[in-house]
Amino acid sequence: MSAEFAVEVFQNEYLPEGAREVDAIVTVSASGVSSAPVSSADIAQVIIVDCSGSMRYPPAKLNAAKHATVTAIDALRDGVSFAVIEGTDTVRMVYPREQGLAVASTRTKLEAKRLVRGLTADGGTAMGRWLALADRVLARHRGGLKHAILLTDGQNQHETPAQLSRTLASISGHFTCDCRGVGTDWQVEELRKVAEAMLGTVDIVADPQGLADDFRAMTATAMGKAVGGVSLRLWTPEGAVVKFVKQVSPTVLDLTDRRTESGPRTGDYPTGAWGGESRDYHVCVQVKAAGVGDRMLAGRVSVLTAGGDVLGQGKVLAVWTDDSALSTRINREVAHYTGQAELAEVIQDGLEARKSGDVETATAKLGRAVALAASSGNTDTAKLLAKVVDVVDPVTGTVKLRPGVEDADEMTLDTRSTVTKRVGKP
Amino acid sequence: MTNCPECDAPVGAKDRFCEECGRNLLVRATPVGGPDGSAAAQCACGSEDIDDDGFCEQCGRSQPVGRDRMEFVLPTIAGISDRGRRRARNEDSMAFGHVHARGVAAIVCDGVASSERSDEASQAAVDAANAVLVDALVEGSDPERATVLAVASANRAAGELARPEAQDVAPSCTYVSAMRTDSGVVVGWVGDSRAYWLADDGAKTPSRRLTKDDTWAAQLVADGVLTEAEAVNDRRSHVLSRWLGGDSGQVSPHVVTVVPEEGGIVLLCSDGLWNYLPEVEDLDAVRPRGAAPLEIARDLVAAALHAGGHDNITVVVIEVGVGRER
Repeated sequence: MSAEFAVEVFQNEYLPEGAREVDAIVTVSASGVSSAPVSSADIAQVIIVDCSGSMRYPPAKLNAAKHATVTAIDALRDGVSFAVIEGTDTVRMVYPREQGLAVASTRTKLEAKRLVRGLTADGGTAMGRWLALADRVLARHRGGLKHAILLTDGQNQHETPAQLSRTLASISGHFTCDCRGVGTDWQVEELRKVAEAMLGTVDIVADPQGLADDFRAMTATAMGKAVGGVSLRLWTPEGAVVKFVKQVSPTVLDLTDRRTESGPRTGDYPTGAWGGESRDYHVCVQVKAAGVGDRMLAGRVSVLTAGGDVLGQGKVLAVWTDDSALSTRINREVAHYTGQAELAEVIQDGLEARKSGDVETATAKLGRAVALAASSGNTDTAKLLAKVVDVVDPVTGTVKLRPGVEDADEMTLDTRSTVTKRVGKP
Repeated sequence: MTNCPECDAPVGAKDRFCEECGRNLLVRATPVGGPDGSAAAQCACGSEDIDDDGFCEQCGRSQPVGRDRMEFVLPTIAGISDRGRRRARNEDSMAFGHVHARGVAAIVCDGVASSERSDEASQAAVDAANAVLVDALVEGSDPERATVLAVASANRAAGELARPEAQDVAPSCTYVSAMRTDSGVVVGWVGDSRAYWLADDGAKTPSRRLTKDDTWAAQLVADGVLTEAEAVNDRRSHVLSRWLGGDSGQVSPHVVTVVPEEGGIVLLCSDGLWNYLPEVEDLDAVRPRGAAPLEIARDLVAAALHAGGHDNITVVVIEVGVGRER
């Protein structure tokens, strides 16, 4: 264990009489990672390269994918376990040749890079099979940090969505997987589904030239993790209903349905691997109503290792009052992240409406998104929105849909819609 | 055979001092620092699983801890100090003592909310005053003089908590005390904590309030500037004109002596009670008759909590009457 965890809770615990919903932002911060880096033997990384026929065109795409994979291999620390998998409508080990992991060294890296350079593109796309093989390969790894990178350029055509969902359900929690879509022929929603199930990131690499840097960065992040299999444990009082548990920073990720019961009134939510980083969670609990003046523990949030050790704890409170000056006070953190979650939702809904030709809904939703991005200072998202709509007034969210929007711009906005801005410190 | 409250050694029924530790067995008092108000062993929901912060592991309800609810009982006297429903902490304190065959003494202090650490101030004040009053009972010295000395001692104790660089928020509190001896009841006060005489039913001496608030509003009523009704609604009604603490200077209490001819109770309370039950008629309507002091205190505190519990509530009930003083 080479990280220290701190848990902070931000909320307005005062509720008016009769109110039952308690909202809180729980900030979990891991520190002390760099002073004690995790041993290389603990880490395993698998790179899955899409080698379907479409990767041939433009030719730069497959070359860029190979180059990026080579770069990622170079970025591996010696002693780390790794493998490269080729994905088509079927799946094949590239390196090592037999199902398993190799230990990174000058020799194994050279061998792996030689085989990667020889990859050719042919066939279809069946991501579930790719991930299932990655899961079997990583299952042999004894260490706690298991990471995969999945690169694709197309849609999952040789599997039904149900097949992919079944695979994801069976491997979710075994390792984290960052997904990258190259070009504009892949589906954002599909890759987001994979990334969310595997607690990884998803992003677009519209220009294949950008892949190598991205792969290097992802590998460096994976090498910087200190502890894997961390979960949030939420205790709630008798009669309470957990309305939702969402990661809200750095990205929006709904964990509500990922709950595993772990005791009376207690459930665990997976958060994957942690390096030196800080994440925010929005917890909403509906409790039994109580009388004015009553104080209640509405939730207790604990951070746990895979082994069940408690690394940190925070309390979510409820205090009923008839003092409306207290109960109407808006908590900055809760308000900010409620807005950021809505921002992600209206972008996705707006783009969906735009695709289906519903101009009115698209204009309303994307207008709301512009207003939310502006008021919360999320300038990155505001810039992406401005490529899809003409902004007349960012304050009221008055916009016009742009004709002839580049696919890449639309997909970038969609992919990054879940990236939130951290709440500003007062 | 009973045991010494100090060292638990066995003592005889007629012993005045403990043979083991020398404690005066005729004197009993609330512990310095306040009665232990630790959480009940069981939550109202039935669970016995309470976490370190006093929350029930089953229903999540917070259990009273520390100063949130203090209860204490001695022969013929009982007190309750409750955080109430709105305040984050209990800044009221109470202390009392019973000296066999001599009488009882009791003090209630209400920490001033606009000062810092006023809970510490009120606790230091009641403990200091109680020591003086109980000594006076033991020695049989003059209760009126003892009351003046007790206030001086309480004022010093609260004043010692002040930080030199923060004089304007120096920990401060109100004060009201009562000493019951064979010759009557002596009441002293500074501020707006009150004492009432509540007579037994059918008694010739009627129930009445024994104290006059040291507030600006009360002063204005006395000077004829405001009527009683206007004062109740005036924002200055709770602004104290006198208090104990580092910024109070020399304070001498108002002192009154009552010599009841019949039975009744003396009630000491903070404004957390009298805000809801200001008149003796209000108190008479709520308090049970023929009940033990603790039961009376519980009913009065419950009435204030039920009415909203906006402030800390402290109530001390002292029995007075022929044959009830032992």
